[in-house]
Amino acid sequence: MRRMRHWGPGLLLLSPSLILLAVFVYGLIAWTMKVSVSDEHTARGSEGFVGLQNYIDLFTNDINGRFTHSLKNLLIFTVVFLGGAMLLGLLWAFILERGVRGEGFFRTIYLFPMAVSFVASGVVWRWLMNPGKDANAGGINAVFTGLHLDFLQNTWWTNADWGMAAMAMPAVWQLSGYVMALFLAGFRGIPKELREAAAVDGASTYRLYRNVIFPQLTPVALSALIIIGHMSMKMFDLIMSVSGAQWLTEVPAVYVWQALLTSDYSKAAAISVILLLLVAVVIVPYLIYTNRAEKNR
Amino acid sequence: MGFTRRAAVAVVGVAALLTASACGGSDDGGSGSSKVEVFTWWADGGEKAGLDGLVNQFKTDCSGQEFVNGAVAGGAGSNAKQVLASRLQQGDPPDTFQAHAGAELLDYIDAGQVEDISSDYDSWGLKQAFPQGLIDNLTVDGKIYSVPANIHRANVVWTNKKVLADAGVTADPATLDDFFAALDKVKAKGIASPLAIGKDWTQLMLFESVLITDLGPQKFTGLWNGGTDWNDPTVTKAIGDFKKLLTYTNSDRDALDWTDAEKMVMDGKAGFQLMGDWEAADLDAKGFSDYGWFTFPGNNDTFQWLADSFVLPKGANNPDGTKCWLKTVGSADGQKAFNTKKGSIPARTDADPADYPKYQQSAMADWKSATQVPSCAHGSACSQGWQGAANSALGAYSTNQDDAALQKALAAAAQQFASK
Repeated sequence: MRRMRHWGPGLLLLSPSLILLAVFVYGLIAWTMKVSVSDEHTARGSEGFVGLQNYIDLFTNDINGRFTHSLKNLLIFTVVFLGGAMLLGLLWAFILERGVRGEGFFRTIYLFPMAVSFVASGVVWRWLMNPGKDANAGGINAVFTGLHLDFLQNTWWTNADWGMAAMAMPAVWQLSGYVMALFLAGFRGIPKELREAAAVDGASTYRLYRNVIFPQLTPVALSALIIIGHMSMKMFDLIMSVSGAQWLTEVPAVYVWQALLTSDYSKAAAISVILLLLVAVVIVPYLIYTNRAEKNR
Repeated sequence: MGFTRRAAVAVVGVAALLTASACGGSDDGGSGSSKVEVFTWWADGGEKAGLDGLVNQFKTDCSGQEFVNGAVAGGAGSNAKQVLASRLQQGDPPDTFQAHAGAELLDYIDAGQVEDISSDYDSWGLKQAFPQGLIDNLTVDGKIYSVPANIHRANVVWTNKKVLADAGVTADPATLDDFFAALDKVKAKGIASPLAIGKDWTQLMLFESVLITDLGPQKFTGLWNGGTDWNDPTVTKAIGDFKKLLTYTNSDRDALDWTDAEKMVMDGKAGFQLMGDWEAADLDAKGFSDYGWFTFPGNNDTFQWLADSFVLPKGANNPDGTKCWLKTVGSADGQKAFNTKKGSIPARTDADPADYPKYQQSAMADWKSATQVPSCAHGSACSQGWQGAANSALGAYSTNQDDAALQKALAAAAQQFASK
């Protein structure tokens, strides 16, 4: 009873959010999983339990290999997006950290694109990445023709093989600044004493960064990877505003929406669950890692 | 003391939250017996004007009934369809809703969500007023479930007269070979992509037109009801012709919508575009008058139609009011009020052409005499799932040009969706 008095009120205060979470997050995840193993491919409703058939069909029996194609698109997008944003973010943070005049100004400039929504920037990038060439050129291609650099003209996201790399450009542009801010905070969080100690020991600048500073940035880099990584896997709005929903640029999140529009609830649910698992594969080890790190502190 | 105060705060907080969440739950539709809630996605433009015209007619014809506008805007109907699906599942249907006539209704019919109104067709005289081909396309297992409000035609090629005159194309091409010759002439004038086209669904429209030419109307209709095999060699030939047509089109097609392709025609960067006949109203609205049109070469007198229609949902609050609405929609006055404003033609064959603009007059004449076939890109030939699969297959073909894969994908789609 005494223990109840101790944690009872706290639990009671937490209970609304716990209940809401249980119902609207975990309850609905469970519901989605249930739909994904049922035969509900039309507006008619469920026609029974089919086990994992919907998942198997996605990989082996989807017309034109549509789902595996969307996974391939997502892979290219994610690799380019993560690689680009991490490299640029680290580079900018490094330059600013070395001491640049007007640091606050540059920080704002780099961070600013993050304030724009993907939909708004997607509309602009749709125009910038106009695939028309020569006489029909628009956007970046028109700049290239104007500079007589015609050979640089590109089909951008309409390229069948590497279009998704172009699609990642707006995402890199938007989130590099954010990664930079994370890294900058990481640099600033490293105690001065460590640098001074390294200097006293006669370490070169290269050795200082290689052996002292960068190792300490690992947790920051990991956080940045997780944050933009899970954004990348759920990417929907940017692609919808640049290309609209179509085969060429379809990723799983867009496919879910397309399946819902055609009342194929089971397929949509199955893709959603796969997407959730993909994100979980990345996030859960990270959560375990940070939990352990906090306990050891 | 400390405990009681903390407990009190907690209880009050929880109670407040629960009350707040409970408030959102009750939402009574409030449809009384004399209200007719009409669910559409016609929220602006010519469509809204057409709906308003229809409502005025409804007020005259059905005194005592009150029109309630249940329009859900946005997304070319995709938002509305989501809302509708959840309302139907909850057993809370509107008194009537808009849906493309034909196969797109199959999901609702199979789910038992809409009522058979065949007997009303007889009493309202609609079987005589609509052409037989349309009645055949609308009939599912001997029953009819919807009243079309308008008719659009999908298989029309729009042209820039000046571009064609400069290239020496004087007669409308009557066959595919004539069409290729005309395209070559325009291309010889330095126009790189004489046939303008946009993304997946516009390519599906073009492909369907080629199918009508190569298969004829009967076999084409059979593709959608199981009568014709998609692995048929004539389909292979059609894919070949379609591939050749694509060589005359703009390479940035997947980045364009139909209005972008329309602009290429208006700007003289293309000579031809295949599009539904809403393009006539759109070109007029944009002030471009130097356009011509002809039925897709080789389609002869085939009229590929699509239509918006209204239904009587099962469990509607006010079925008498709904029937009066449906009667108005099908009536000569209702069709006139709607179509003169929306830029489409009436489904009835007894309308007076003098009430309509130039293009519509020619379409109305064709509608009476032509052979009607449905369209998959616009939902009169195939269910929504089938339509999505076909769009995706055409989108893939646009980039990989793999004939065998396209035919296989379309055959697989037919197998998956035709039986349902």
